[in-house]
Amino acid sequence: MENFGYIVDTLFALFAMTLIIFMVPGFAMLEAGLVRTKNVTSVLTVNTMIYAVASVMFLLVGYQLAFGGWENSGMSIYAAFLFQMAFVGKTVNIMSGGVSERVRILPIALFTVLMGGFIYPLVVNVSWGADLLAGTVLDLTMYDLAGSTVIHSTGGWALLAAIMIMGPRKGRYKDGKIHVIPASNIPLVVLGALLLWIGWFGFNGGSVGSIASKENADTVALTIMNTNTAGLAGALIAGIFMYLRYRKFDITMILNGALGGLVAITAGPDLYDIHTPIIIGAVGGALVVIAVPLFDRLKLDDPVGALSVHLVNGIWGTLAVGIFAAEPEAGITLLGQLKGVAVVAVFVFTVSYAAIYIINRFLPFRAGDDEQVEGLDVTECGLEAYPEFKRAF
Amino acid sequence: MKKIEAIIKPFRLEEVKDALAHIGITGMTVSEVKGYGRQKGHSELYRGAEYVVDFLPKIKVELVVGDEQLEQVLDTITEAARTGKIGDGKIFVSGIEKVIRIRTGETGSEAI
Repeated sequence: MENFGYIVDTLFALFAMTLIIFMVPGFAMLEAGLVRTKNVTSVLTVNTMIYAVASVMFLLVGYQLAFGGWENSGMSIYAAFLFQMAFVGKTVNIMSGGVSERVRILPIALFTVLMGGFIYPLVVNVSWGADLLAGTVLDLTMYDLAGSTVIHSTGGWALLAAIMIMGPRKGRYKDGKIHVIPASNIPLVVLGALLLWIGWFGFNGGSVGSIASKENADTVALTIMNTNTAGLAGALIAGIFMYLRYRKFDITMILNGALGGLVAITAGPDLYDIHTPIIIGAVGGALVVIAVPLFDRLKLDDPVGALSVHLVNGIWGTLAVGIFAAEPEAGITLLGQLKGVAVVAVFVFTVSYAAIYIINRFLPFRAGDDEQVEGLDVTECGLEAYPEFKRAF
Repeated sequence: MKKIEAIIKPFRLEEVKDALAHIGITGMTVSEVKGYGRQKGHSELYRGAEYVVDFLPKIKVELVVGDEQLEQVLDTITEAARTGKIGDGKIFVSGIEKVIRIRTGETGSEAI
């Protein structure tokens, strides 16, 4: 039984990794439901490609760059790698979702090489990993258990850069007016969002790192419970806000609210008591309801609400740790959290903007107007998601 | 022979079909269509932004009848499809040159 802890933690990491990988179909179905039917195959292809590209890049260079080596005494190094690898695709998923219905596959795959191999691993390096910035004035002291900043706002900043360079979908903003493009398949949106929600239990629970003692088991269970609570609160508040303001229940916003709450709790689900996540998730859900129309007014076209969910709430969640769980003795302060948010923001936004700008010069990210009219399924994939005339007999 | 095209509210289809069957009409073709007249569309809300749905779902019933049955069929459809509210639809009547039953090759009123 001497290896008991090692074995249990290995099993735990593999289980958490499996849950996180459920977020791949989660993102895919959510996005497939929110876009028009003529772009569904293209969205699914991007989702699958970036999972593969980002994960292989993480195997080849990213893990080494992030952690400085292949060693782990607490569990099998292969399980530790797989768990970390499961996160990589999420960062790019967050980004690719927001540029749906106009992004071409080749340039985004190329950017994924950079994101999975270098940009994300460097963010991990300075926050969870080998820490290149140690001892410098920029050294990050932020507490970010599972990545409100490291993953969610990282993906969000890259998305903001991409949207600024690519522009909106054709016809989205006409003569200064917002032209609504409704979702094509609400059941898929619900399936995708709830798969993401379930994946989050591995995302945050697994990030505790160990379950092989009574204390750790308690922490893991509390983390998962708090994660769930924040999602519930986010969904409820988004639903209530939408109803008070528009007298209508919009399921796409309720689900975005839930995901906003989940992003917000991700920085410190192990630090809070069992009631604080209600506040954190509720603020997260409210922020989504406010941010979605705001980004629209700024003409930042985001078909799935990824900026509101991941960027806005990634920032809020990281700051929330400093507000609700500051422990100056342990080095957790609001200022430290703010510094973490700012350093990652400047680094990721600048590097992503430069990378996307340069790639875009040679290989335009945005599909042409005619290609968008015909649908990316035909022009990019040569395969329509729904080819039958109404329905097959 | 006349062709009748009736644009009606989708939920009146059952009533119209039953009423027509009751007076001896043995066949018809229906299709789901969208359109608007004086009823216009309505506005919906998606992610906090309003948008107008111009075209409303309607059902188009098509059938061909002999001249002698025309008035009775028109009255039946009008009565069965009417709700009294805006958007009840319209009926168009036009002449038919030729009808062929594909299975037997019968033509004219035999083929109706």
